[in-house]
Amino acid sequence: MFRNVEELVELCETKNLPVSEIMIRQEMEVHERSYEEIFSQMERNLDVMERAVNRGITEQVKSVSGLTGGDGKKLNEYMQLNETLSGNLILDAVSKAMATNEVNAAMGTICATPTAGAAGVVPGTLFAVKEKLNPSREQMVRYLFVSGAFGFVVANNASISGAAGGCQAEVGSATGMAAAAIVEMAGGTPRQSAQAMAMALKNMLGLVCDPVAGLVEVPCVKRNAFGASNALVAADLALAGIESRIPCDEVIDAMYRIGETMPSTLRETGEGGLAATPTGVRYKEQIFGSGSK
Amino acid sequence: MKYRSVFDIIGPVMVGPSSSHTAGAARIGLVARQLFQKEPEWAAFHLYGSFAKTYQGHGTDVALVGGILGFDTFDTRMTESFKYAEDKGVSYSFYEEEANLDHPNTVKIRLGAGKEEMELVGISIGGGKVEIKELNGFELRLSGNHPAILVVHDDRYGTIASVSTKLAEYEINIGHMEVSRKEQGKEALMVIEVDQNIDEKTMGELTKLEHVKKVTKIHD
Repeated sequence: MFRNVEELVELCETKNLPVSEIMIRQEMEVHERSYEEIFSQMERNLDVMERAVNRGITEQVKSVSGLTGGDGKKLNEYMQLNETLSGNLILDAVSKAMATNEVNAAMGTICATPTAGAAGVVPGTLFAVKEKLNPSREQMVRYLFVSGAFGFVVANNASISGAAGGCQAEVGSATGMAAAAIVEMAGGTPRQSAQAMAMALKNMLGLVCDPVAGLVEVPCVKRNAFGASNALVAADLALAGIESRIPCDEVIDAMYRIGETMPSTLRETGEGGLAATPTGVRYKEQIFGSGSK
Repeated sequence: MKYRSVFDIIGPVMVGPSSSHTAGAARIGLVARQLFQKEPEWAAFHLYGSFAKTYQGHGTDVALVGGILGFDTFDTRMTESFKYAEDKGVSYSFYEEEANLDHPNTVKIRLGAGKEEMELVGISIGGGKVEIKELNGFELRLSGNHPAILVVHDDRYGTIASVSTKLAEYEINIGHMEVSRKEQGKEALMVIEVDQNIDEKTMGELTKLEHVKKVTKIHD
């Protein structure tokens, strides 16, 4: 098993294989399962993601609290009717990322990537890049294996839990995973995938987990939106040949150490940051009653 | 390495909103249900750390109840689990605990039916992945991701050998195994993670072994 990004990239280079293939082969070996079984399980995850994206950009979803829902759809409609400033590809990814998280907040069915709170970034970017690159279904499934490979390293060497490492561990990890996967789909090298992951994650370091009223809604939905846009920019930087001065594994390690020193009020307890603002507290009281702790 | 599969990262497919607080909670509840082997009449959930602070917002309560009713993470009945519990006559209560434990997402579940009771401590480590840390006072480490057999037995020599010999007879490979006891010479617990689901016949054979008091299993 590859234990870090450097080992993953070296495996790819010595065997002359893409990241997705290394991930699939490792899964076959460790779990003694066939290529077909593994591939079709991932394809089912892709189907779940596609349904969540489509639901979020077409239906007026609404969470139980009423705090979120409908913004993915709103942005999608804005793009149809207006000349956008930041460009359709980025905004398409943003709207699909938000759509997924809005469905999640409404207790709809999603696929965690790597978590539910960060479930928008990977599918959001995937279904937007799809419009540009016209990948085969197989390439779309492979996108998920690349994301999974990089997420696997983060999960084992740092954390993918907001309660343990803050939002940098969730949306931060997802953004890096998506950036790496975009690079492979666009024809970049495994080393460029690692660079994209490093640059994307560097920009997310220190991001706290401060959900208003403890709900996976504010600011989670919009953090996924910006995560998706960051992933695309990081992929382009890597494809341009730009490199991170700090190697990917060291960025992941830095993320872990930052999470360790983050106070618990900023690690998914709903006690600090945006959750502790006057408006954040007011929302909490409206939703759970004024006696709520 | 805590995470061993790409599907720990891309997955699970689940009802929202949180992989650690909803899907993870459901999985801990589901393991408790499997180990209890029947529908409980009552359930008490003691929540610690982030679980205690944010359980209502994340639907942790709904998911825990769904889990002990046997609902998996992707079961769309999950959102209505309280209603299902009431229909089935399963009562439940939640306690927000102040203690700071090692892991921020910890829950202690107590289940009861008639005279039978069970207590389990589980943690949700992120992305829907869980670990069971304690069962009826025994310390253990169980992922809930693999089929497993749990054997309560007298702490006597030869018991571990007789259980593993029986498994070998049925060509069952042991992936991970650990034994714990509260006191020397008293009751002990064997936790055996295996590669395939165990059938009833094998379970029956294990139950018949000398010094074995109870055998339960977790299946895929």
